[in-house]
Amino acid sequence: MIKLQDIERIFQVGDEEVHALQEVNMTAVAGDYLAIMGPSGSGKSTLLHILGLLDQPDSGTYELDNVKVSDLDEQQQAEVRRHKIGFVFQFFHLVPRLTAAENIELPMVLDGFDPAERKKRVATALEAFGLANRAGHRPDQLSGGQRQRVAIARATIMQPSVILADEPTGNLDRAAGIEVVNILEDLNRQGITLIIVTHDPALGNRANRKIEMVDGRIINGHG
Amino acid sequence: MHSFDMLLFSMKAATANRSRTILTLIAMTIGVSSVIILISLGDSARRYVVEQFSSLGSNLLIILPGRTETVGGPPPLLGETPRDLTLDDVVALTRSTAIRRIAPIVAGSAPVSVRQLEREMMVIGATAELLEMRHLAMSQGRFLPPGDPTRGTSVCIIGSTGRKELFGSRQALGQWLRIGDRRFKVIGILGQTGMSMGDDMGEVVIIPVASAQALFNTESLFRVLVEASSPDSIDRAREAILTIIRTRHDGEDDVTVISQGAILATFDRIFRALTLSVAGIAAISLVVAGIMIMNIMLVSVSNRRVEIGLLKALGSTHYQIMGLFLTESALLSLTGAAIGFLLSIVSIELAAVFFPEFSLQIAPWSLGFAFAVALTTGIAFGVLPARRAARLEAALALAQR
Ligand SMILES: Nc1ncnc2c1ncn2[C@@H]1O[C@H](COP(=O)(O)OP(=O)(O)OP(=O)(O)O)[C@@H](O)[C@H]1O
Ligand SMILES: [Mg+2]
Repeated sequence: MIKLQDIERIFQVGDEEVHALQEVNMTAVAGDYLAIMGPSGSGKSTLLHILGLLDQPDSGTYELDNVKVSDLDEQQQAEVRRHKIGFVFQFFHLVPRLTAAENIELPMVLDGFDPAERKKRVATALEAFGLANRAGHRPDQLSGGQRQRVAIARATIMQPSVILADEPTGNLDRAAGIEVVNILEDLNRQGITLIIVTHDPALGNRANRKIEMVDGRIINGHG
Repeated sequence: MHSFDMLLFSMKAATANRSRTILTLIAMTIGVSSVIILISLGDSARRYVVEQFSSLGSNLLIILPGRTETVGGPPPLLGETPRDLTLDDVVALTRSTAIRRIAPIVAGSAPVSVRQLEREMMVIGATAELLEMRHLAMSQGRFLPPGDPTRGTSVCIIGSTGRKELFGSRQALGQWLRIGDRRFKVIGILGQTGMSMGDDMGEVVIIPVASAQALFNTESLFRVLVEASSPDSIDRAREAILTIIRTRHDGEDDVTVISQGAILATFDRIFRALTLSVAGIAAISLVVAGIMIMNIMLVSVSNRRVEIGLLKALGSTHYQIMGLFLTESALLSLTGAAIGFLLSIVSIELAAVFFPEFSLQIAPWSLGFAFAVALTTGIAFGVLPARRAARLEAALALAQR
């Protein structure tokens, strides 16, 4: 359950103020599948960062699973990110010196999981995402599609309630893009809330709901 | 996050860029080994000097004519000149039970010649007691014969260097040499004792004290060495000396008595201070290494902006990221320190093999000192990069490629 109320985000660029988000209100229930669309610079990524607690709104409130997360301190927000939110990025953002398995394991390492449990979950995830024979490969030895699958495995390894994906297919060819979308939609069917930012109308149309943004505002009524 | 995982993560990060790792390690290694080596050299020098002095015996007192210590109070009203310290004073001192042995010394330099060969040499007037009190050794012949110190005979003992210079390869024992306008028969040659109390005993000529007084035309003694009857009676001996001299010199305290221990303590202090200042200078190179680590870590933080943003996205806290980067710089400095330990221990051990006479040794405290400074600089200079990493704007970093 996600609830944004009157979110404002203003960036100060030199003397100018950029209103990246204005009067943004939206809700999403658990298991929702949303696509955020709009022209470049309309504030899609900014909205996603605020949903992922990577950025703070200048005003407004954010409620996640009945917790007013916009009131939490840095430590507590980090904890929410760790347990409830999984990110998928356009440029994958894998740690280059770590293997596929180690990249997938990283969130559990940061959380202080027991090593045996870590190994078990990583093995299951590698199997589920078709990466079993790529476990020891470094990111530069993987294809774009494989990298994004590693990134998705990493995003879901902590069993979050929300996945936030910013142009997850933006850097992939058609076939790999479809594969990634299928994986994400599979996860959504298992009950994870999925929010995708995309420029691609075909991908946007697959979502249950579309949120159209222009100049930092959501224009199709209430999101 | 488990600390072991933290260590592992930092270790992988620290070794990911080989040239960066090697560069920092070299800087740290040089800093740490220069600290250890310089401290150990200084400390070995101190022990060398102290050992040289202690070999003279611990219950030694030295009487110098004249009052050299500064005492409070007004200067004497009447113009009193200090009295000479004479052989009669020495004879009087031998009566004290606190004193076992006593050696009067007259010293000066005079031309010494054999045939046409003439050299300016240090001439010491002494008595038989000097041999044992200064731990001198004979290589040939014998030392001054015991007997009445006021009787000056025409015999002399020469050092090994002097023997070579004056006689070359010829036999010296039993030959005559000339000091000033007097003739002396060589009855003994000193062994290789090296430096003793700062004088090179290889270059001296020793003659009976009364002969030296006549040679230099003086009643006054240069100094008097006194050996207390036991280490416990040093204070008693000092009292006895002062009382006896005071009664003989019309109630004036006109001699200075210093003890072997006091001289030793002074030298010890001087060398310790020297070692410390050298250590301080060497520690600067460690600080330079620390600054280098800081620079390298700063570059690393800006190269790894995306990774840091990602760590935040995955739920790392401010402190966790600080911890990871601090661990990384601490690892770099400690590994450098470990290599520096090995390097300095090996170099000192090698030097000790080549220069055994200086008894070179690693000063144990230099290891602790170098370790502490390396760790402190590693962490202190790691704080700035770690803070920068922890404060990074995750959203901004992740937006870039
Ligand atoms: N850190 C920042 N500092 C200053 N301005 C920013 C910052 N982040 C975003 N902006 C501005 O806020 C506005 C919205 O940016 P945002 O990245 O959310 O757009 P977007 O819809 O994701 O665009 P795109 O489709 O190109 O990714 C833009 O005008 C951008 O220049
Ligand atoms: Mg964007």
